[in-house]
Amino acid sequence: MSQVVLFNVFNGLIVGAFYALMALGLSLILNLSGVINFAHGGFLALGAYLAYTLIPYTGFWIALLVAPLLTAALGLVVERILIRPLYGQDPLYSLLLTFGLAYIFEDMTRLLWGAQSVPFQVPQWLMTSLSSQYFFLTGYRVFMMVIVAVAVGGLFAVLKYTRLGMRIRAGTRDLDTVSTLGVNVRVLRSLNFGIGIYMAGLAGVLAAGLLGLSPTIGANLIMPSFVAIIVGGLGSLLGTLLGGLLIGVVSGLAAVYFPSATEAVIYVMMGLVLLVRPRGLLGEEGRLH
Amino acid sequence: MARANPQGISRRTLVRSGLALAGAQVAAPFVRPARAAGQGIKIGLDNPLTGAYAALGKNELVGCQMALDEINAKGGILGRPVQLVVEDSTSADAGVAVLKARKLIDSDRIDFLLGNVNSALSLAMAEVSNQKGILHIVPGGHTDAVTGSSCRWNVFRVCNTTQMEANAVAAALIERYGKKFYYITADYAFGHTLEAGMMKAAAPLGGVRVGGDLTPVGSVDFSSYLIKAQAANPDVVMFLLGGDDMLNALKQAVQFGLESKVHLAGAQQELEPLQGLSPQARIGVWVMEWYWNQPGVPHVAEFVEATRKRTGQVPTARTWFGYVSVWTCALAAAKANSLKALDMAKALQDFHLPPEVALGPNPAFYRAGQNQLLASLFVGEAQASGATADDLFKVTKVVDGAKAAESLEESGCKMKWPT
Amino acid sequence: MPFWMNAIGGYTELATRIVVMGLAAMSLNFLLGFTGVLSFGHAAYFGLGAYGAAMAIKYLGVGSIPAILLGVVVATIAAMIIGALIVKLRGVYFAMVTIAFGQVFYFIAFRWNAVTGGDDGLTGWHRLPINFGFAEFDIYQNDRAFYYFALVIFAICVGAMALLLNSPFGRSLIAIRENERRARFLGVPIEFHVWLSFVISCLFVSAAGALYALLNNFTDPRALRVDLSGNLVIMAVLGGMRSFWGPLVGAAIFVALQDYVSSQTQNWMSVIGLVFVLVVRFFPRGVLGMLRGARA
Repeated sequence: MSQVVLFNVFNGLIVGAFYALMALGLSLILNLSGVINFAHGGFLALGAYLAYTLIPYTGFWIALLVAPLLTAALGLVVERILIRPLYGQDPLYSLLLTFGLAYIFEDMTRLLWGAQSVPFQVPQWLMTSLSSQYFFLTGYRVFMMVIVAVAVGGLFAVLKYTRLGMRIRAGTRDLDTVSTLGVNVRVLRSLNFGIGIYMAGLAGVLAAGLLGLSPTIGANLIMPSFVAIIVGGLGSLLGTLLGGLLIGVVSGLAAVYFPSATEAVIYVMMGLVLLVRPRGLLGEEGRLH
Repeated sequence: MARANPQGISRRTLVRSGLALAGAQVAAPFVRPARAAGQGIKIGLDNPLTGAYAALGKNELVGCQMALDEINAKGGILGRPVQLVVEDSTSADAGVAVLKARKLIDSDRIDFLLGNVNSALSLAMAEVSNQKGILHIVPGGHTDAVTGSSCRWNVFRVCNTTQMEANAVAAALIERYGKKFYYITADYAFGHTLEAGMMKAAAPLGGVRVGGDLTPVGSVDFSSYLIKAQAANPDVVMFLLGGDDMLNALKQAVQFGLESKVHLAGAQQELEPLQGLSPQARIGVWVMEWYWNQPGVPHVAEFVEATRKRTGQVPTARTWFGYVSVWTCALAAAKANSLKALDMAKALQDFHLPPEVALGPNPAFYRAGQNQLLASLFVGEAQASGATADDLFKVTKVVDGAKAAESLEESGCKMKWPT
Repeated sequence: MPFWMNAIGGYTELATRIVVMGLAAMSLNFLLGFTGVLSFGHAAYFGLGAYGAAMAIKYLGVGSIPAILLGVVVATIAAMIIGALIVKLRGVYFAMVTIAFGQVFYFIAFRWNAVTGGDDGLTGWHRLPINFGFAEFDIYQNDRAFYYFALVIFAICVGAMALLLNSPFGRSLIAIRENERRARFLGVPIEFHVWLSFVISCLFVSAAGALYALLNNFTDPRALRVDLSGNLVIMAVLGGMRSFWGPLVGAAIFVALQDYVSSQTQNWMSVIGLVFVLVVRFFPRGVLGMLRGARA
C-alpha cells in the first residue's frame, strides 16, 4: 500500500508539473495585466491542433517548437485588437471577452478539425516505460517533465536576467511607475501576453500526448489552473508552480484513499487555503484585492 | 435625467417599468410565424451538436438523415413527406435540452421526439415527452433507468442497457483471461450500473472483484488508478468508461505498457474513441452495440456504402442508432396506421425490425412492457487496423440481445399505460 | 404567448426561462453590482433552491409554493453559514472561495445518488397545480399559467430587492461598493453588511433555482456547477452591472440569442462568442449601461 502511495506522490509531481505549466501562463497574464484569460484552454487546444496538423510535414520535434510560437502569434494579435482596450477596467470585462473567445475557439477548432477525436502521434521511443518497477515513469512523462522544467526555467531566467523580465516583474508591482520611467508599457503587456500564450500552446502540445485530442481538450484544465494560482498565491509565479505541483500530488493521494473525490479535493484544498491563509503559500501580504 | 438617485432606480422608474411590462402582456401579439406547419410530418432531434458529445451526436444525426432520405424516397410516412427538425441540446445542460424539447413540441409542432446521447438529458426530456404525450425514441442514452425504473409508455430506446452489455462480454472474458477483475469505473450512473452488471454476470462464473476505483467524469489523468490497478494484480482491468474518459484511460494505459502485464478489457466500446487513439493503443476486448463489418449479413454493405458516400467514413453504432430511431417512427406509424403516440406505442410492443433496418444477424425487436430494443451485441477485440484502415474492431462473437438481456422484472420497469 | 416572445419567434417556455434566469442574474447583481462583491459560486445556492424544491415535491409531495419556500429556506440557511465563514475575504479571493463551496456541493449532489439521483438527476416528479380552494391554477399542463406564476414570483423578489436597495441599508451597500475604507470610517459595519447582502442575494437566487427546477420538472448536479455561476456573472456584465434591470437584459440576450441562433446553425457558439466580444468592445458598461450613457 505504501508503495502505491509513493508511486502516486511521485506521479502526482509529474502531472502537477503539467498543471503548473498551464497555470504559469495564466498567472503571468493575470499578474501584469489584470486580465482573467478564460480563453487559455482555447489557446491550449489550438496549440495541440496546430501541432497535429504540422506533424505529418515537419515531424514531432519541429511541431513542438513551432506550434506554440504560432499560438503565441495569434495571442499577440488577440491582445492587440481585443484585450488592449480593456486595460485599467474592471477585470470582469476581460472575463466576458475571453469567455466569448473561448466559445469561438471551441467552435472554430470543431469546424476546422471536426468534433471527432483525432489520434496524435508521439515518437514511438517515447511511448515506453523506463523501468518495469516504476512503470508509470514513461518516456513521455519524463520528457514532459523535462520540457516543463526547461520552459519554467527559461521563464524564470528571462524574468530574472533580461531587461524584459525585469520590466515585467517591476510592472507587476507598480505599472504606473514603470511607465513613468519611460518603458513602453503597451509593448510590455503584449510581450507578456505572448509569453503566457506560448506556455498555453506548449501545454497543449504536451497534453495531446496524454489525452484525447478533441475541441474540448482544454475545458477541464482551466479550473485547476486557477486553483493552482490561488493556492500558490496571487502574484507569485513560484507559488503558482508549487500550486500546480501540489494539485498533482493531492489528487494523486486522493486517488489512493477516496478515488471519486480526486477532482473535488483540489477545491477543498483551495477552500481551506482561502479560509486559513488567503494569500496562499507564497503570496504577499496585503495583496488582498 | 440627473443622477438624483445613485443606484439608478426610483419608485417612478419601478412603476413605469411595471406598467410597461404589464402592457406588453396584454397588447396584441405581433405574430411571427414559427417554422411552417404544413401537411408534412416532423421528427424532432434534440441531441448534442457541441461540447463533449458532439461527435456522437453528429453521427446519430447522419443516421437519422439517411433514414429520412430512404423513407421519403419510399413515399414518406402514411403517404406524407417527413422532415427532420434538428436542435442542439448541448452536451450537459438539461435546461437547454428541456427547452429545446418544448420548442420542438410547442413551436415546431413535431410529431415524434428523438434524443439524447446524455443519459440525464434523456430522462429530463422523457419527462416532457411524457407530459405532452409524444412518442419519444432514445437512440443512444445508456442509463438503465430509461427503460428501467423510469420507464414510460411513450419512451423507447435503441441502444442497450448496461446489464445487457455486461452479460454479453462477461463469459468471454472469464473464459479467455481469468476470474480476477479490477474495475476502473466512471463515477456516474452509466459506470455504476455497468460495474454492477459485470459483477452480477461474472459471479456465477466465478468472477471475482479484486478491487476498483470510481473515477470522476472528465478526469484528465488516469495514472493513479492505473498504478493501483496494476498493484492489485488482476487478470483483467475493466475500463467501464465512456467517451473521452475511455480514450484518455486507454491512451495512458498503453503508455504505461500495462497491456503487457494485465489484460485490458471493458464492456461498452465505441468506434469514436478507437478512432481517436493511435494504432498501437487500439487494444482490448470489448462489446460493441453494432459494428459495420458484418460479412454475410444482408443489407449491411449497402448501408456502409451509403454512409461512406455521405460522410467519407464508415458508420458507427451511433449512426445505426439514429437510423433505427427514425425508421422506428415510420414503421410504427405504418403498422398502427396512425400518428397518435398511444397507437404507435402499442404497435411497437414486441415489434420486429425488418432486416434492412436491423442490420444484424439476430432479430431486433422492442421488448413488450419495457420498450427496449433487443438486437445483437458484438464481442471482439480492438485492433490497429484490419482489412481496411477503418476496420478497428475484430468481432469474435455475436451475442443475441434477447438472450443477453436481463428479465423484465430485473429491469425494474413497471410500465403504466394511460387509461 | 407573451407578446414580446412572438417578435423573436419565441415560445412560452423561452419566456419563462428568461424570467427565471433574469431573476437569478439580478439576484447575483444585488451582491456584485450594488455591493461590489463578486461571487463565482452562486450556482451553489441556485442549485440548493432547485434541489430543495425538487426533493420536497418528489419525497414529500408538497405543492409548488411550499416547494419553493423549502428550497429557499435550505439555500438561505446554507448561505448564512457559509457567508459567515467567508465574509472577511474580498475580491478574487472571495470569488474563488465561493467557487470552492460550489464545487463541493456539486460533488455531494453528484455522489449522493440515493437522495439526489446523482448524475442522472432527480426525475420522476413534476410541479403540481396550485389549489387555493376557491380557484385552481394548472401550472403544470398550462405553460402560460406557469409563465405568469414565475412572473409573479419574479415581481415579488425584484420588488423586494428594489425596496432594499432604496433603503438606508441599500445605500450603505453602495457606499461599500464605492469606497469600502471610507464606509468603514463612516461607521458602517462592513462585514455585517456584506454578509447580509450575500444572504439576501443567495435567498433570491435560490428562489430562481426553485423556479428553474419547477420549470424543467427536473434538476441535476449541473445546476450547482461553476459553469452556471459563470453564466450568471456573464449575464450581469453583459446587461450592465451598475444598472438594476441590466442583468435581466443580459439574461434575455444570453438565453434568447443562444436559443435563436442555435436553431439556425450548428456554429452558434461562434456567433454568441462574437456577440460577447463585440459587447465588451463597444458597450463597455454593458448593454443597458451604454443606453443610459447615450441618454445622459
